Amino acid sequence: MRALIPALVLAFGFLSGATSVASAQDIARGERLFNACLRCHDVGKDAKNRIGPHLNGVFDRKAATIEGATYSKAMKRAGADGLRWTIDTLNIYIQNPKNLVSGTRMNYRGMRKEKDRSDLLAYLRQFSVSPANIPEASASLLQQDAPSLHEETYLDGDAEYGEYLSGECTSCHQSSGADKGIPSITGWPQPDFVIALRAYKKGHRPHPVMQMIAKRLSEEEIAALAAYFKELH
Amino acid sequence: MRLNRRRFLGTAAASAALLSSPIALGQKRPRVVIIGGGAGGATAARYLAKDSDGAIEVILIEPSRTYYTCFFSNLAIGGFQPMSKLAHSYGTLASDYGVTVVHDWASAVDREKKVVRLAGGDTISYDRLVLSPGIDFVKGAIEGWDVTAQTKMPHAYKAGTQTQLLKAQVEAMPEGGTFAMVAPPNPYRCPPGPYERISMVAHVLKQRNPTAKILILDPKEKFSKQGLFMEGWENHYAGMVDWLTDEFTGGVQRVDPNTMEIVLEDETIKADVVNVIPAMQAGSIAQQAGLTNEAGWCPIVPATLQSRMDENIHVLGDATQNGDMPKSGYSANSQAKAAAMAIRHALTGSRAFKPRFSNTCWSLISPDNGVKVGASYVATDEKIAKVDGFISQNNEDDALRKQTYEESLGWYAGMTADMFG
Ligand SMILES: Cc1cc2nc3c(=O)[nH]c(=O)nc-3n(C[C@H](O)[C@H](O)[C@H](O)COP(=O)(O)OP(=O)(O)OC[C@H]3O[C@@H](n4cnc5c(N)ncnc54)[C@H](O)[C@@H]3O)c2cc1C
Repeated sequence: MRALIPALVLAFGFLSGATSVASAQDIARGERLFNACLRCHDVGKDAKNRIGPHLNGVFDRKAATIEGATYSKAMKRAGADGLRWTIDTLNIYIQNPKNLVSGTRMNYRGMRKEKDRSDLLAYLRQFSVSPANIPEASASLLQQDAPSLHEETYLDGDAEYGEYLSGECTSCHQSSGADKGIPSITGWPQPDFVIALRAYKKGHRPHPVMQMIAKRLSEEEIAALAAYFKELH
Repeated sequence: MRLNRRRFLGTAAASAALLSSPIALGQKRPRVVIIGGGAGGATAARYLAKDSDGAIEVILIEPSRTYYTCFFSNLAIGGFQPMSKLAHSYGTLASDYGVTVVHDWASAVDREKKVVRLAGGDTISYDRLVLSPGIDFVKGAIEGWDVTAQTKMPHAYKAGTQTQLLKAQVEAMPEGGTFAMVAPPNPYRCPPGPYERISMVAHVLKQRNPTAKILILDPKEKFSKQGLFMEGWENHYAGMVDWLTDEFTGGVQRVDPNTMEIVLEDETIKADVVNVIPAMQAGSIAQQAGLTNEAGWCPIVPATLQSRMDENIHVLGDATQNGDMPKSGYSANSQAKAAAMAIRHALTGSRAFKPRFSNTCWSLISPDNGVKVGASYVATDEKIAKVDGFISQNNEDDALRKQTYEESLGWYAGMTADMFG
């Protein structure tokens, strides 16, 4: 464990230098990586909304607030709940959009490599009013949390235990899957369900009720719930 | 739901669970009788029937054919929900879950014989009894007021005709008239309830009768979500609401429903509408059964909700003295699931899990302006103890408040589906 620390600091040091020392090379690489986004997202002078919103000034913007852009119901909810695009949340989102918004319209598998994401974000931050003022990423988020949302331990959950635990969900979420103001959670693929609960548990997703409920769920319990709700349609 | 459960258990596991139970095969099914078809009782009935998959006979005793939820009844007063939306029936519990619903009043519990006596004359025996009778008002709590006065000075703290009456009275107030609430002392059902009601009354008056005044006569020095309500009243109903504590008024000495007067220590107030919410205690059947303490509430074993006085009886919801959980529909629903699991375990040998409890209460302050407070709880030996909690913040942006309101609509739909199927 100890041996890992210098490596973390080094990797983090790379990104925290993004404002001052993100090399032109990194930014150029970020621009090339952005090609993968271009079909849906525009950025730069006169950028327009495409399938997704334009990305000028995305840093510190509240989610789902660009006039005229089309957002999923889930993204609008996340925005109202308080999701803000920071270097941390963007990093987690780009890694896999479902980390933060399960029902997002952004149909993208995610950028798994840390270096790719930081180059992409170094490129994008140029399109903010004052890139130098954008706060840096927090080391813990970048290095530990986002990837661990995807660890696939306990995916084989105890559905009967999940059924008992689900009682805590069904005070609000309907077991029929109906959504009358609270999202449906039935029939989800297990990984999506697990990722969502982990993200609430770690506080990446805003929502005080969900954070509170998820905070005391163990990995085993999260897996149990995922196994139970997957079968419920 | 029931099919799903079978799929998980498989036939082999299901019969193994039965075999390991204290009730041998071939004998009669164990019977659970539930008194009260509200937030606690209806949830318990549904979960017992659904999760035992027919292994337990579930009988629900409830006099009303229609249950009007207290939750959202303030919104009906404010005109945000039609009264009809508050009404729920027991049809699905009977038809889809196999619950036997008996529309009668439980007049006595014979704990020795394990029998419930009904007002209609029948008796029903039980292996386990679940009691979720809600609250009754403490007799003589406010001099001059008893339930016969409720047609003049409504409490509207049990929903239905009382809600309609209060709503009609508010709408009929003379221009510039006075609405007075006599607020209850702790503990009482729905801690933010009286103050959400004030918000709803203020909303109605602001539209129809903007020079009217609202007075709250409160025995408490502080109340639930106070900062949020005060902020909302200031922002939306400025100058309309006066909150007066006993320290200031000397306390309500008595009320006179005929003259519509409220007598304080040094002053008598005449109001056009007087909403009296008296002190509360557990529903009367709990007293009759000898399950209450000096304070009038039912002490329970936190993990299973068993009465401290009788291990064959589980008490849920408002009637309990449980520790930290507030008296809310959400709490009663949460407790009912823990109790149902414990009862199934005791009667059929099904798996026992660690109980877990939570609660969230949403309140509406003005149109599209919802707030919430909530907490999670664990069972310790002494009480249901709070572990974590949250509350809406002052000055939240409009989008969040609107979302919180919409979420409360979702909660209502989810909660009533969880109770009634
Ligand atoms: C204005 C108001 C607003 C509220 N808002 C909310 C809210 O937003 N969220 C929330 O969670 N909670 C809210 N509540 C609180 C909630 O309504 C109660 O906490 C909840 O109903 C308690 O459930 P219970 O099962 O203990 O009792 P109840 O739901 O009251 O059910 C008791 C039932 O037992 C029956 N009964 C009683 N005695 C007998 C007997 N002897 N024989 C047969 N049947 C009997 C009654 O007819 C009744 O149907 C509110 C309450 C009020 C008054």
